[in-house]
Amino acid sequence: MYGAKIWDICAMHGLINRAIQCFVTDSYGADKWVEATRVADLDFVEFEAMLTYDDDITPALLDAVSDVLDRPRDEVMEDIGTYLVSHPNVEALRRLLRFGGVTFVEFLHSLDDLPDRARLAVSDLNLPRIELRDHSPTQFSLICQSPVAGYGHVMMGILRTMADDYGTLAMLEHTGAGNGVETISVSLIETEFAEGRVFDLGARAS
Amino acid sequence: MSDVGQMYQTLDVLCPMHVVLSATGHVTHAGPTVQKLRPDTAMIGRRFLEIFDLKRPRAISTMDQLRDTAGTKLHLQLRDAPQTEVKGILVPGFAPDHSIVNLSFGISVVDAVSDYALSSADFAATDLTVEMLYLVEAKSAAMDASRKLNLRLQGAMIAAEEQAFTDTLTGLKNRRAMDHVLARHIQWDTRFGLMQIDLDWFKAVNDTLGHAAGDHVLQTVARVMVEETRETDTVARVGGDEFVIILPHAKGPDSLLSIGRRIIKRLSRPIPFQGEECKISASIGAAVFEPESGLTVAEILDNADVALYASKHGGRSQQTIYHPDLRAQTHNLAPPVGRADTRTA
Repeated sequence: MYGAKIWDICAMHGLINRAIQCFVTDSYGADKWVEATRVADLDFVEFEAMLTYDDDITPALLDAVSDVLDRPRDEVMEDIGTYLVSHPNVEALRRLLRFGGVTFVEFLHSLDDLPDRARLAVSDLNLPRIELRDHSPTQFSLICQSPVAGYGHVMMGILRTMADDYGTLAMLEHTGAGNGVETISVSLIETEFAEGRVFDLGARAS
Repeated sequence: MSDVGQMYQTLDVLCPMHVVLSATGHVTHAGPTVQKLRPDTAMIGRRFLEIFDLKRPRAISTMDQLRDTAGTKLHLQLRDAPQTEVKGILVPGFAPDHSIVNLSFGISVVDAVSDYALSSADFAATDLTVEMLYLVEAKSAAMDASRKLNLRLQGAMIAAEEQAFTDTLTGLKNRRAMDHVLARHIQWDTRFGLMQIDLDWFKAVNDTLGHAAGDHVLQTVARVMVEETRETDTVARVGGDEFVIILPHAKGPDSLLSIGRRIIKRLSRPIPFQGEECKISASIGAAVFEPESGLTVAEILDNADVALYASKHGGRSQQTIYHPDLRAQTHNLAPPVGRADTRTA
């Protein structure tokens, strides 16, 4: 399943690049973002969420952001993951992920369906495939397709924040990359560690 | 626990929105999610048809009649607020004369979930409701992003159109805009005046004082023309030193002549540029489009051209109103050099 590079046939969706733009703008300000687009040699500063862009742009953009913020790229990517599920400006995404399950473990299992779920909403959005393997009730590994190197780190950020969201204490470790795949090991320490954040099924997106 | 009791416990898991009715139509058991619809009043012991109004099938008021609907789809509505509409189906129960009604929110689910603060646990694990809510939310988010993109694209389109109709040097309308306005006026078939204006001695300014001076002159000319016309008139630069003014509802030759006179008078004054004086003037040919004349865009433009040609031959810095007699004068038959080419461009 992971042998086929299905991402090769589809252009990068604007939502991905737009997410990077929102992360930099909301966390570090518009000036840093403009600087990053210059370093990445783009001749525009605004990504449109509903258009597609050249595949090469995304990795160049991530390198530029890491450059401008003077931080390692893996760290930046993990921060993007954290941002995606914790910043009020992108609350919709956290809500959509919470639909995946009532507990953190259910949520982990729901990640298998994530690309399909995403496609239901935005038919031309192809998210990397994710596969959860459970080794024991508290030991999992998450195998992520990684069309852009470091994608696993984005997932780390998402998982860390979602564990908090569910009130679960979890240890995460990025255990390596190769063949276009990155692996994260997840160990649950305590599933009812804290209250977690409320998820109101009926809350209206503003 | 009795077998029947165990059955109902099973139903609580499989269909948490079911109620069990006795022979008399009273609720004897309510699934956990149904009870959440009225958390403050116990459903058990109340008549089902007192809690729910049966909208379809109509005219059912007794339990016997209700039992006869077994297997058909029921449209129900809670009698007191919030008056949520639900769908249901009745089947015979496990005890004699008992009935089971299973309920579902149908399309009202989005409101119901917030009205009753329902969570995933309130729906059977196999129920697609949560997936549907997910879709509703995901679609709204995606539509929202699309709508914003459409707005931005519309804004960009308007700006691009504006730009496509504007002469960037002078800010006047360009030839494309003029063609557009002219065609529209002819389609409306209302009277309008048309002035073709060529600058005199403009080439000399360009040749002796340079393009910067030429550009300055063109900008000054544009300002004068705008100042001497009404806001409803269209002033366009249609070639290097060629202008067209379209004057809707022109009263007749006199009003055109007075506007033309003012324009020539002002353009004949030297225009200062970086210590030098740029001396130009203007020749004008005007024509009036009369309703029901059947003239085409090309014909009305040609009439104005003939009049312009007459002005140029008459010694420049003057204006002529088109009259068919002008064509009889042979020297006016040839089109002014350059204009015929540029118009078809």
